Amino acid sequence: MARYFTDEHEWIDLEGDLATVGITDYAQEQLGDIVFVELPDVGSNVDKGGEAAVVESVKAASDVYAPITGEVMEANAALEEDPALVNTSPEEEGWFFRLTVSDRDELEGLMDAKAYKAFCDEL
Amino acid sequence: MSDTETEVEELGTLPLDSWHRAQGGRMVPFAGYEMPIQYEGIVAEHTWTRESASLFDVSHMGQLSVSGDGAAHELEKLLPGSIESLKPGKMRYSLLLTEAGGIIDDLMVTNAGPHIALVVNGACKWDDIAHLREHLPDAITLTHYDDQALLALQGPKAGEVLEALVPGTDELTFMNAAFFTWEGVPLWVSRAGYTGEDGFEISVHQEHVARLADALVADERVKPAGLGARDSLRLEAGLPLYGHDLDINVDPVSADLVFALTKKRRELGGYLGHKAISARLADGGEVRRVGLKVDGRMPAREGAAVFAGDTQIGTLTSGGFSPTLGYPIAMAFLARDHAAEGTEVEIEVRNKRLPAKVVPMPFVPHRYYRGK
Repeated sequence: MARYFTDEHEWIDLEGDLATVGITDYAQEQLGDIVFVELPDVGSNVDKGGEAAVVESVKAASDVYAPITGEVMEANAALEEDPALVNTSPEEEGWFFRLTVSDRDELEGLMDAKAYKAFCDEL
Repeated sequence: MSDTETEVEELGTLPLDSWHRAQGGRMVPFAGYEMPIQYEGIVAEHTWTRESASLFDVSHMGQLSVSGDGAAHELEKLLPGSIESLKPGKMRYSLLLTEAGGIIDDLMVTNAGPHIALVVNGACKWDDIAHLREHLPDAITLTHYDDQALLALQGPKAGEVLEALVPGTDELTFMNAAFFTWEGVPLWVSRAGYTGEDGFEISVHQEHVARLADALVADERVKPAGLGARDSLRLEAGLPLYGHDLDINVDPVSADLVFALTKKRRELGGYLGHKAISARLADGGEVRRVGLKVDGRMPAREGAAVFAGDTQIGTLTSGGFSPTLGYPIAMAFLARDHAAEGTEVEIEVRNKRLPAKVVPMPFVPHRYYRGK
């Protein structure tokens, strides 16, 4: 399984033709206490770089972008009950949605873990 | 994900700037200064304030005084509350108004003995000073205490904490103020605040504020809290925030601040804006500031449109998730025929309609200390 990162602080895990998307630990730390996550509808299509979800912290709403183009296959129902999972387990249990991978070329330009860490260190 | 970038301007630093950074405060631009939005986290700080006591730095606020013969009388020409009858040590919430009845700022007015003390909003203080100077006679002195810091100690344990440090302060009751000394340092202490909890605002010279802040947080019942918690606390307490819920186009009747219009002065007038406000009192105005309880968990924010069916009936001026209540709450200005308690409305958020209901404020009951 390969994990990539965007410069908008999303992570994406690839398993075959399916990808799982969430926001990084750095992102949740910046956002603070998360009180609500608005997830895309299953069956909807998202475009690379397009708005796919909204994460609401106590202070503000922030957009979450789709790292790649695809069809949403599943949204994390656990976030409805417990949005704070994004704070406590951003890169595991606090995943946002799963989508199909339609174009592998879109993965080019995403960062690996090492590059992402270097990117955050610069911020 | 992305956050809206905040515009970077020339920012002032407050006397406690390095203290905040040492405490782990995350600094953001606010009211022309760099100020801490949070330390540990907004919800943790919010909850700590409701359960114990928190220390807020509100030194950005303007601390002014008006003095000279007839100072109270002259101020009454600019404020809709009774100032001349305010006994020494008593304070009152009031409003600076335009002739059209618009709110220039909201403020605290205290009879501080030789002078009348005013505490005004940080973002408005320069305009307030200009307005006061323009309208007060030359013989009246207006002083800006820009070398004084202001700390707010807020929460149910604030009384016992401050009493241990500054004996006598716990005898003050809500909306009373007095001078004290702490280790030789003069403190002007008011039992008031902006959280709905018991607590104090402490004016202290900037030279001593870091030492006082250290002494306060040395008490394990006290933790520092930032602007984020201050905002969520005041929203739960139903207290309007200038620049959001109030502005120069809003009058006190629409803003549901009629309590700030002292009855006698409503009748006798003699203050800037009285004529416009009398008319507004008579006709009731078109809109009213109300509290809304939002269904579900999705917060609705400032600027969201409020609907009754297909008709927009108002706009949110503040809104967010209430950590104490566990659901989203908001303030809105609604058309008066939709402003009654219990009225069901819908708030539009990202093309969705969230059901909401008009509820009384405060959302979380005030717990002011009015005496044993």
